[in-house]
Amino acid sequence: MKAEDNELLKEFSSEQVEQLNKIINKYKGKPGGLIPVLEEAQVALEYLPISVQKKIATGLNLPLSRVYGVVTFYSFFTMTPRGKHTVRVCLGTACYVRGGKAIYETLEKEFGVTEGETTPDRMFTLETVRCLGACGLGPVVVVDEDVHGRVKPSKVRELLSQYK
Amino acid sequence: MSTVKLTIDNRQVEVEAGTTILEAARSVGIKIPTLCAWTERNHTPGACRVCMTEVEGQRSLIAACVFPVAEGMVVHTNTEKVRQARKMVVELLLANHPQECNFCVRNGSCELQKVAEFVGLKQVRFEYTKFPKEGMIDRSSPSIVRDSRKCIECHRCVTVCEQIQTVSVLTPAHRGSDVKVVPAFDLPLIESNCVACGQCILVCPVGALYEKDDVDAVWKALQDPTKHVIVQEAPAIRAALGEEFDMPAGSLVTGKMIAALRRLGFDKVFDTNFTADLTIIEEGNELLKRVKEGGTLPMITSCSPGWIKFCEHFYPELLGHLSTCKSPQQMFGALAKTYYAETAGIDPKDIVSVSIMPCTAKKFECQREEMKSSGFQDVDYVLTTRELGRMIKEGGIDFVNLPDEDYDAPMGEYTGAATIFGATGGVMEAALRTVYAVVTGQNLPSLDITPVRGLEGVKEATVEVGPLGKVKIAVAHGLGNARKLMDLIRDGKADYVFIEVMCCPGGCISGGGEPIPTNNEIRVLRSAALYQDDGKVQKNRQSHENESVKKLYDKFLKEPLGHKSHKLLHTKYVQRGTDVPHKKAE
Repeated sequence: MKAEDNELLKEFSSEQVEQLNKIINKYKGKPGGLIPVLEEAQVALEYLPISVQKKIATGLNLPLSRVYGVVTFYSFFTMTPRGKHTVRVCLGTACYVRGGKAIYETLEKEFGVTEGETTPDRMFTLETVRCLGACGLGPVVVVDEDVHGRVKPSKVRELLSQYK
Repeated sequence: MSTVKLTIDNRQVEVEAGTTILEAARSVGIKIPTLCAWTERNHTPGACRVCMTEVEGQRSLIAACVFPVAEGMVVHTNTEKVRQARKMVVELLLANHPQECNFCVRNGSCELQKVAEFVGLKQVRFEYTKFPKEGMIDRSSPSIVRDSRKCIECHRCVTVCEQIQTVSVLTPAHRGSDVKVVPAFDLPLIESNCVACGQCILVCPVGALYEKDDVDAVWKALQDPTKHVIVQEAPAIRAALGEEFDMPAGSLVTGKMIAALRRLGFDKVFDTNFTADLTIIEEGNELLKRVKEGGTLPMITSCSPGWIKFCEHFYPELLGHLSTCKSPQQMFGALAKTYYAETAGIDPKDIVSVSIMPCTAKKFECQREEMKSSGFQDVDYVLTTRELGRMIKEGGIDFVNLPDEDYDAPMGEYTGAATIFGATGGVMEAALRTVYAVVTGQNLPSLDITPVRGLEGVKEATVEVGPLGKVKIAVAHGLGNARKLMDLIRDGKADYVFIEVMCCPGGCISGGGEPIPTNNEIRVLRSAALYQDDGKVQKNRQSHENESVKKLYDKFLKEPLGHKSHKLLHTKYVQRGTDVPHKKAE
């Protein structure tokens, strides 16, 4: 492991950094390698902060700006850590008029984060969506793959307790 | 090459296969409005959708800049449907653009304004975007301001930064309506590897990129009775300033420029060309010393501050190849507050030293830590050609009808060798004239060294220099071309003795501070004006013939590369390193 990896070791384990090096070496010098490297790196490291993007740019001999452009273009890539669970609140028209916004605000308060952010304990990432096609159940909250219908602000805490 | 026959607006057109509708239409004088296209560099992303045309058999309207012609194709560029669509596109662009035309730096030279006029726009029916007051204008760089509110996402700046300069600072980031052009991680420009060349400014169609304006600071100095304000102008200014006043490109306006500067209130009007001649004496001697003593070769010129910063970021291990000579601007600055202050009996703390440059990187250069050898900041303010143009207009001066005036002594005399510094190959040509004379004791058989002139990206020549034998030299302009030579040096494959590098394509006459538009046609005309100054106007054509420079050595510096020269005229470079790795030039 090289000195340049010190920055990475502040955020990741030495096994993870080793893995990142392997991924980069696998695609080094191959055209079109950037996206597969980013994809595999995100699987290994969970997210792609600045230090990881710098490492990938250097490793693949690409401008840092290009790496950043690709990371921000695809919604799959994230620069911040994601929580163990993803909580999506529907703010589509039907859910909105049936109190979706109040649910969202309750979650914001509960988590202490806003849209797109992750709780400091990395348990939950809060997101909003515009209509899940389950309007009859509104307001809807989706946690990971589970759809919860007719959610009330007072029941939010109870709902989350299943996912600790 | 096979050709294709098609019909555009009921006219038969025959063009090469693969030509776009836009080019085919232009070839027969049919105008199609464009905004994102920058055809000189094949940049046609098809992003702005202003160039809509109707092609029979196609379901929707077609962007002419990217659609290739086909046999028998029938194109209409002027139907009701086309005109309405173009209007709508421009209307939407304007609705998402700050309504600041009256005081925008590009008022009058804005391509969005021109396109709005082209399509006959009479109103914007949509609600204008309300931009936040703060946070969308990056003023972190001493050279370049980025106003992302005004960006229309044409990405010409990305192309010039990545493909021409290979600096790759700017990128389109984010997605959909959130797309914006930014340095990596949306960091301020000053934290990136930006070399401040300002080529992005020259290609920006709107006011999203422009020079940091120092006009007000200079006005303030000029108004201050306790200050002695002096000015120097780079060679490229006299070959371009006229364009700011609608004179034809290539007008040589040295005398009018001097007259205008006097009328603006500068106490002394001097010339960067004086220290360009001095640079040749110092740099020529440095080269001979390196050749004689086995120093680092090839030696590379160091006049271009964008090039220097590029080298510091991308080739820190090769900094030893750079001449230690300061640029003419900074030699002038160091001498103004020492030699001139002494000669004129003025306290250097009361001198305000202004320079007029074709260059945005010069604004960065004058603020470098190394550039304080007089005990003060050697050059206080740098104005670009465009800023000087604005000052002259603001000052109510009728530039075109000014009489010709002459420079002040003792830093106003120059030779033809100095004036060609402004064009690519010029420093090399000037250096060879003097080096040849110093080594052989006689003049070059012909003072015109034509192989180093012109717009070819990398130029090579071999000159027979008496006892030195054959001297192989190279000239590169534009950082992509410079990179090719640097990679050769790094790989040990460069057999050159001396290399000239200019950061901007064409050299200083198309620096990031020069009038807009700047294109290849204009580059050729501006260069021709400098060669005219060299060949026809100036009496002396070799730097060592400059009497004022001789006097400077007699009275003050004593000898080239001497103690005083070392302190005032030479400098050190910084290993900056980069987050962006080396990219092999293709």
